[in-house]
Amino acid sequence: MSIQNQPLLEVEDITLRFGGVTAIDGVGFHVNPEELFAIIGPNGAGKTSIFNSISQVYRPQEGDIRWRGDSIMGQRPDAVARLGIARTFQNIALFGNMTVIDNILTGRHIQMKESWFAGMKWFGAAKKEEMENRARVEDIVDFLEIQPYRKMPVSLLPYGIQKRVELGRALAMDPDLLLLDEPVAGMNLEETEDMARFILDIRSELGISMILVEHDMGLVMDIADRILVVDFGKPIGTGLPDEVQSNPDVIAAYLGEDFSQDAGAAAGFSS
Amino acid sequence: MAFNRPLLRTSYAEDAAILPTAFQKGAVGIALLLLSAMALDVPIVSAIPKFLLGNTWLSPFNNMLIFCVAALGINILVGVTGQVSLGHSFFMGVGAYAAVLLGGDGSGGLACVPFHAQLGLLERTTRCGLALPIWIWLPAAGLAAAAVGILVSPVAVRVRGLYLAIVTVGLVFIGQHIGVMLPEFAGDAESGRRWPPLEFRLWRRNDGNEDNPLINFSEDGTWFGFLELSDSQKSFFFLLGVVLFATVLAKNLMRSRTGRALQAIRDRDVAAEVMGVPEREYKRLGFAISSAYAGVGGALFAVNLSRVGPPEWSLLLAVDFIAILLIGGAGTIAGTLMGTFFVELLPDFVERLTESQSEAAEGSGVGGAIARFLLTDGSRNDFGPIATSAQAFGWPLPVPLWNFVIYGVLIVVFLIAEPLGLFGIWLRIRNYWKGWPFSY
Ligand SMILES: Nc1ncnc2c1ncn2[C@@H]1O[C@H](COP(=O)(O)OP(=O)(O)O)[C@@H](O)[C@H]1O
Ligand SMILES: [Mg+2]
Repeated sequence: MSIQNQPLLEVEDITLRFGGVTAIDGVGFHVNPEELFAIIGPNGAGKTSIFNSISQVYRPQEGDIRWRGDSIMGQRPDAVARLGIARTFQNIALFGNMTVIDNILTGRHIQMKESWFAGMKWFGAAKKEEMENRARVEDIVDFLEIQPYRKMPVSLLPYGIQKRVELGRALAMDPDLLLLDEPVAGMNLEETEDMARFILDIRSELGISMILVEHDMGLVMDIADRILVVDFGKPIGTGLPDEVQSNPDVIAAYLGEDFSQDAGAAAGFSS
Repeated sequence: MAFNRPLLRTSYAEDAAILPTAFQKGAVGIALLLLSAMALDVPIVSAIPKFLLGNTWLSPFNNMLIFCVAALGINILVGVTGQVSLGHSFFMGVGAYAAVLLGGDGSGGLACVPFHAQLGLLERTTRCGLALPIWIWLPAAGLAAAAVGILVSPVAVRVRGLYLAIVTVGLVFIGQHIGVMLPEFAGDAESGRRWPPLEFRLWRRNDGNEDNPLINFSEDGTWFGFLELSDSQKSFFFLLGVVLFATVLAKNLMRSRTGRALQAIRDRDVAAEVMGVPEREYKRLGFAISSAYAGVGGALFAVNLSRVGPPEWSLLLAVDFIAILLIGGAGTIAGTLMGTFFVELLPDFVERLTESQSEAAEGSGVGGAIARFLLTDGSRNDFGPIATSAQAFGWPLPVPLWNFVIYGVLIVVFLIAEPLGLFGIWLRIRNYWKGWPFSY
């Protein structure tokens, strides 16, 4: 297989159990370069667990996860991050006591090199590196339109802004793959539209591959290239948005057995 | 919206400066000048500390400066990295003993080998020490403590919260025990041994009479040929320099990549790892740097007291540092320094207050009446809360016990009302005046 059409990420039949609970049950998929891949499924389906497995916060008992062809199973989360995989969290996991700027600068950690010793000395290499990366962070702040909050501790910010800062922190890592866990959950229409715009801009301007976990069906159908549907940890369908929308298993799983055409339309199934 | 005010800085470098505004630069400069003037006994200004702390104020003040160094260290571990340690006094002890082994006078000399006493080869009066100069023993104290910190880190980075606190308490007791077990290092189990004096010499101390140090701290004498200073004045300037240096290093750490990684671990350890921060490596680093500060602080502490016994490196000393952080404001350098100032000078202030009250009690009028009410000599019909004479347990409390009570109350009050400590109060005052006369 040549480098060009090799998938970026391959997840092969992973199974993750917590005691008696099987959170992921034989899920497999792959993500191509510059692709926007979406994972949907009801609450508790195992979507967040898939993200945690990719970043190796959880260790699946079975299966394999490969990055550019090499297995990443058993690596530490920070090593996975250095490979070029960044993510945001469903329940925001910002560094609450730090400012917006410092949070996003922390995203630059893997791109920066200076040691603790150079840092304590400050003048010279550390300061230079700091200034260069600060400029990069300011670009991200401008892109996400969060200039007014730059110097605020993030724990004091509104929810929608915190979600943006988290996206900014992940972007600061200059990743090749970005995992977004419900980026618009709990947002109003306007905030959702802003976030969708950012996601599309990230893809078109930066060419970063993404995996999007989202409940907002409308958003997913609009912007995803391909979709994986999971239910109770099991994969029940993969394909283009149109294919997934018309897949009876998916409709049944996502909306319950007594799914009607009206309810489907209300939930964003436009077929 | 208060945060909408534009930040008019011309460059990121200015933005990242330790003291970003001209006002802050000026305030710190003036404070340092005032302090120096006080220490040099300039008439009017030096009346302030003399009034608050008594005529010998420089001696508790120097001690406070030493605590600042160690407190900056505990702040890096507890305040910045979020790892609660009660073992800071242990690392101070490690630094102090490294200092005394390298800098102290050793009757055993170079031939003094550890554990000889256990083998019955050395007299119990033998002391190990190489009599090396301060250039060596002071940095070595920090390095030794950092090395021991790294040694215990495999355990320390694997446990969190309460468990880490318990493990580090264990270190304190192990340390005290080892200290008592090794008298050729630590000296007598109670009174300890003599630490080297604070003095700069080019190399080893001369045994003959031509003892000619470069800069001498231990005796009265002139510096640079004209500046006539007492030993505590000399110590003051040296310690102030050490504190400034330690503060700048800590501040640099906090504003650089490493400091952010440590804070990230404190705030959200899983998220920090997912951002590419190797958690254990950075916790170990936090441990090592914090211990290095403790080691230097411990060495200076022992040198300042001149004689320290192994039991001094106690849990109580470690808890002092937790009090400093809670009262001053954990995680910030300004808060750490404020907390140390407050916690370490308060006992002397209270003592001084009692002294002046007992003078006032002799007098008449309202002042005398208040003083007589507050103080008691312990006799039956005297109900004041503060005991002037040392007496058995129970009410009224003597001054040292009152200090414990005050700390306890302060810690509880700060935990409930102002988790950011004195630093938080200062921030509020500053923000109030920033907006003045229009509060947003
Ligand atoms: N750390 C954990 N320990 C035990 N069970 C877990 C853990 N994380 C997730 N689970 C379980 O795995 C299942 C899938 O959860 P999750 O991945 O969060 O679903 P989703 O993100 O799709 O809502 C749930 O039943 C949940 O209770
Ligand atoms: Mg989830």
